[in-house]
Parts: sequence; structure tokens; C-alpha cells
Amino acid sequence: MTAVLSTHGLVARYGDFQALYGVDTELHAGEAVALIGANGAGKSTFLRSIMGLLPIARDMVRLDGEPVGGTATNRMVQKGVAIVPEGRRLFTGMSVEDNLRVAIDQAGRAGAKGGWTLDRLHRLFPILKEKARTPVQSLSGGQQQMVSIGRALLCQPRVLLCDEISLGLAPKVIREIYAALPEIRAAGTAMIVVEQDVGLAQSASDRLYCMLEGRVTLTGKSVEVTREQIGQAYFGAGHAVV
Amino acid sequence: MQWFDALVQGILLGGMYAQYALGMALMFGVMRIVNISHGDLVILLSLIGISMATAWGLGPLPVLLILVPLAVLMGWLLQKTVLNRVVGSDPLPSLIATFGLSVALQNLMLQIWSANSRSLPGGGLESRSIEIGGIYIGLLPVIVLAVATGLTAGLALMLKRTRFGRALRAASADVEAASMTGINPRAVYALASAVAVGILGFAAVFQALRSTVAPADGPAQLIYAFEAVIIGGMGSVWGAFIGSMVLGISQAIGFRIDPGFGVLAGHIVFLIVLATRPQGLFGKA
Repeated sequence: MTAVLSTHGLVARYGDFQALYGVDTELHAGEAVALIGANGAGKSTFLRSIMGLLPIARDMVRLDGEPVGGTATNRMVQKGVAIVPEGRRLFTGMSVEDNLRVAIDQAGRAGAKGGWTLDRLHRLFPILKEKARTPVQSLSGGQQQMVSIGRALLCQPRVLLCDEISLGLAPKVIREIYAALPEIRAAGTAMIVVEQDVGLAQSASDRLYCMLEGRVTLTGKSVEVTREQIGQAYFGAGHAVV
Repeated sequence: MQWFDALVQGILLGGMYAQYALGMALMFGVMRIVNISHGDLVILLSLIGISMATAWGLGPLPVLLILVPLAVLMGWLLQKTVLNRVVGSDPLPSLIATFGLSVALQNLMLQIWSANSRSLPGGGLESRSIEIGGIYIGLLPVIVLAVATGLTAGLALMLKRTRFGRALRAASADVEAASMTGINPRAVYALASAVAVGILGFAAVFQALRSTVAPADGPAQLIYAFEAVIIGGMGSVWGAFIGSMVLGISQAIGFRIDPGFGVLAGHIVFLIVLATRPQGLFGKA
């Protein structure tokens, strides 16, 4: 079975600073993969490289086996890869509904079909219907995150990349948002979930990759990897796990 | 009565300023691109229109029908060839690029048309007037105001309701997030600049009909457009329209106080607004 999305020796730099040193990953249809690692391990860089936000070589990223590395971000979205970016990145000054409509407009223009509609999104996050006319900047953090997830879903992705969707949210809100992930997966969307919280990452994924300083240091089935293995991979081999 | 007359004249003058300001409201207010060549583009279009009218004996309406599509094309080319290279969160590169363009355009126009002032023959339209309640109002300024109002309403509706309008607002709020939502920001910006400069096609015809134009007139138009957008508030199309009215009325009243004081009165009101309400009358803080 070929992977929906795969990376092959992915190398990325910010100017002279190299952030990724040959990352190999695979994501299969309908699968959820967690990507964990400390701050600065290269998780966000990894997602940004896939989305065409950093210059990379063509064959470093493949979508359905086709080399797509370095494709313009909007073209990646049209090809079926959407991202819930770190920090939510909503369109300030626009209402909740207009934020979502932007995605609907563009997906409609590209003729994308994925079955996500405003109605279905409202069933997933009912608060978004209630707040439809509210400017996004006056929402709570959790509500903003829901808009950001909704916006990505309305791009009708086959692959959804989630960048630290729990960041800065209260535990109760985090549970609420993670509770929505199974439904998104049920729609057939494969996911890469970048997460700082290891327990949360394990419970929300089939497999996980742990990154350290721009390299993958551990990979395995989420239910099988042990705390010790993760501790080693997360902080480096020399680290004493207490 | 004299002051009421000044108010009416001011509103009519504001109609002219609104036509410069609308394109600026879109480029500066929404896209945050500082286009220093804004006024020079108006003058360039005016001079092209005047040359067409004299060479082919065209009336104002045919000139308008040719100039607006030409202006749309110019705006699109400007964004494609110059502004898309410098667009970003930093406003300085676009400022410098268009400043250079402004100087180049002024010299180019001087080369082609010489420094003489010219105007567009209106076939009597410019001198016709109508009487309303004891005040004689020029027909041309009324048409200018009506066109400005129509353009403002159209532009505001386009931004609010259309797919293109939403994409443009999204790209202006966060370019990267817009591209993550499937928008091609460069295509959206090129179209937006085409619209902005296209509106200047209207301004060019009416400016040349109302008064005279010369190659060095651009910077003054630029200042009025900037002032109107800032008085009204960044990002608000109707704000720019009201800002133009405020500027026009201030100048008209200033002229009544002292003929030499008119233009200065407009600048003073602008400074007062900037000092007391820097976000503009309709801007969000």
C-alpha cells in the first residue's frame, strides 16, 4: 500500500540554519500519526515544508507517490493537503462565517469534494453557528481554534496537518477539541498531529514519530511505545529518565 | 446662505477626491501597499485621454470607455511586474518601488506632453448648471459625485459579499494563512490593483474635464487621496468616501474665509483628525 503522504530525506533550512536533517515519514489513508518532540525539534518546520512554505527539493515530499515538494501553498491545498497552523492564524477583522467562507470559496473554485459543509461543521462545533456573525478576534482561544480547524476542513483535505492545536488552551477545551478528531478521521481524512503533550498525542494517534533536533529519533505504534523509549527519543540518548 | 453654498460646493469637491481616494482605500487601506505613483497614474491616464480626444475627436464618454479598461490593465501590470515582487508585511519596499515609478512617470510625461496644462474638452458639459433651491450647481460636479457614490457602493459591496472580496480581505489580514486556505495571494492582489487603478480611470476623465492637468500635478492628488483614506479610517471604503467629503468641505469653507486658505484648511483638518482620532473616523482602533 502506498502512502498518501510521505517525506524522503526532507531537509529544510532557514537561511544558514538547518532545521531538518533528512526526515523520512509516511502517512497512510485514514491514518492518524502524531509528531512529538520538544520546542525547536523541527515539528512546525516539518509541517511548513510540506505546505510549501519553505523551499525544498521536489522529491522530498510525495503525495500519492507524486513528487510535490516545494509546490506553492495554495496549490498544495488544492491537491488536498490542509493545515491548522500554529497560533490559529485566523483572518482578523472578519466574522466567523466569513473566515469559513473563504475556505468554501476556494474549495468550490478548485472543484474539491470532501463532504465537509457548513452544516456538518456546525454539528461538530455547535458554537460556531451561534457565533457566526462574531468577529473572530472576540472569540475565546478554544473557539478560535475551532474556527481554524473548521477552515482547514472546509478546504476538503485528504490530509490534515494539525500544528499544536492544544497550545494555550484550558484542559477542558483541549478535551473538547480532541473529541472532534475521531469524527474527522471517520470522514476518511488522514492526519498528522503535532503535539507537545505526549499522552494526548499517543491517545489520538495510530502511530507516532518523535523528533529531536531535526531528526526522527523514534517511531512506532502509539500503544506500543513505552514512556522510557519516548523519554530517550524526546530528550536524547544521554538523558537520564527519572 | 454663503456657508450653505460652501457646504454644497465642498461635498461636490469631495466627490472628486473620493474618486482618487477609492483606489487608495483599496491599495493602502486594505492591501497595505503604499503606492506613491497613485497621483501620477491619474495624470498619466488623463493625458492619454486628452491626447485620444484631440487626435480622434472623441467626447468624454468614449474616452471614459477606453480609459477605464486601459487603467485596469495598467493596474494589473503594475502589480504583476512591480508590486508582487515587493509585497509583504514591510511597507517600505513598495513605498520605495512606487516612489521610483512616480519620478520616472513624471519625467516620462514631461517628455511626451511637455509641462503645459491641458484639459479634456467636455462639449459644453463642464459649463452647464442646474438650479436647486436658489443655488446653482454645476452639472459636472453632480455627475462626479454620483459616479463617486456609485463606485464606493460597488466597491464596498464587492469587498463584503463576493468571493474575490473575501479572498482579498483574507490575504490582507494574513497572507500566509490565506495561501493555506487555497488563495493565490498574488493573483488576488493583481486583480485588486487592477480594480484600484481602474477606478483611477474614472478619476482621470473627470479631473481632466473639471480642471487642467500637467505632468507635475500627481503628488497633490496623492496627498488628497492619502488624507481622505486616513481621515476616514484604514480599511473602510465608505470611510474613505466620508474622508473625501470632510476634506472637500474643509477646503470649500477655507476658500470662503480666504481664497489662499482653502488647501491649507484641508490639511489642518487632516492634522486635527490625525491628532485626536488617529484610527480615523470609521477605523477600528
